[in-house]
Amino acid sequence: MGLAKRIIPCLDVDRGRVVKGVKFVDIRDAGDPVEVARRYNEQGADEITFLDITASHEARDTTYETVERMASEVFIPLTVGGGVRTVEDIRKLLNAGADKVSINTAAIHNPDFVREAAERFGSQCIVVAIDAKRVSGEHEPGRWEIFTHGGRKPTGIDAVEWAVRMAHYGAGEILLTSMDRDGTKDGFDLGVVRAVSDAVPVPVIASGGVGNLQHLVDGVVQGHADAVLAASIFHFGQYTVGEAKAFMAKAGVEVRL
Amino acid sequence: MNTVAVIDYGMGNLHSVAKALEHVAPASSVCVTSDAETILAADRVVFPGVGAIRDCMAEIRRLQMDRVVRELADRGTPLLAICVGMQALMDTSEENGGVDCLGILPGRVEFFGDALEDDAGARLKVPHMGWSRVHQLRAHPLWANIGQDERFYFVHSYCVTAERATDVAAETVYGRRFAAALSHRNLFAVQFHPEKSHTAGLQLLANFMNWEGAC
Repeated sequence: MGLAKRIIPCLDVDRGRVVKGVKFVDIRDAGDPVEVARRYNEQGADEITFLDITASHEARDTTYETVERMASEVFIPLTVGGGVRTVEDIRKLLNAGADKVSINTAAIHNPDFVREAAERFGSQCIVVAIDAKRVSGEHEPGRWEIFTHGGRKPTGIDAVEWAVRMAHYGAGEILLTSMDRDGTKDGFDLGVVRAVSDAVPVPVIASGGVGNLQHLVDGVVQGHADAVLAASIFHFGQYTVGEAKAFMAKAGVEVRL
Repeated sequence: MNTVAVIDYGMGNLHSVAKALEHVAPASSVCVTSDAETILAADRVVFPGVGAIRDCMAEIRRLQMDRVVRELADRGTPLLAICVGMQALMDTSEENGGVDCLGILPGRVEFFGDALEDDAGARLKVPHMGWSRVHQLRAHPLWANIGQDERFYFVHSYCVTAERATDVAAETVYGRRFAAALSHRNLFAVQFHPEKSHTAGLQLLANFMNWEGAC
């Protein structure tokens, strides 16, 4: 009897609405974030991740309001990411009701920002999000690099080394997304999930590519992930979180039922 | 009116605790404050905390909340300490190179360790983050309508070892056995986050709002 593997529905939120695209195109409206979060909470989600994908800075206030509404109704942990660049951004999100804040691009531009954030707010609320893309050939040993700008801009940084460094700087958790798989429904890139999960001392959330429930099991069993994140399989009613958990339990994965 | 004060010493997300209390007890008055008089006048008090213990203790002392918490303990006011709030009640913590805490409950706060393993020898990550089972060791009003071995949400790298076995109201195993909840007279302290633990957590908060401080 140990720690349950977590199932985390992810809400990509644009100007106050949940959206989900395939590789950042073909965005479909999936509803009001608070309504959606409440539904997942009732279905037994272990956490909610809220990614603010709104590009414009003016829409930021909408994000704080939505986070605040969500935190007033949904009593499970809430991680908020997207556009987090300063200590002040983190403070505002935590004050609005986020439990954890996810840092992505800002960590690449200034790794010390992660250290500063962890010292100020505690590692338990600092998540570093990593967008990784495979750069090695199909028959070569796996090598993955960090990409920014929705997977378009390479940085030359090795994803596994980066994850280790970020944990060392004080990240309490790593949110690892495969840019090759995101939105494809082909399953996680298990190679990178396992390489990162085995390399870092902190929990790893696998993300990108979930198309069916076996993919969730694979992420934990083969990828050694501590938590699995998915969006579209839940948003459009393909599966409930409860069904996902029942399936995982049957496959021998310890979950909170 | 049933009043509850949430002690605000500038550390972490108090919004969640306050919102959860308002949710379970809509007829009560929830106040997030660092005003000693308001806290001492409340029917019950929540002592939360997240972050590093050194900063927490520094703020607790700067705002003279150490005196307030001691007085609440002596007065018999029902007090619920959460996470770092629980750790702050102990004698000392290993975190940040060793920090003296309030010494209201005897015991120490220790790091989980770098080489933590489960029974099967698999490596366990630190922080301990997620939903673990809480094994109740004794009956207590705060356990009302909460099942034995129910899961609650934890996020911490340090854990409490109590000196008096009688203080331990529940334990959890994560590589090692540690105190998930402590109970002593009008004090109840939990390492997990009831405000983030869905149905079971809200039940515990509802029980607290009806508790008069006796075991």
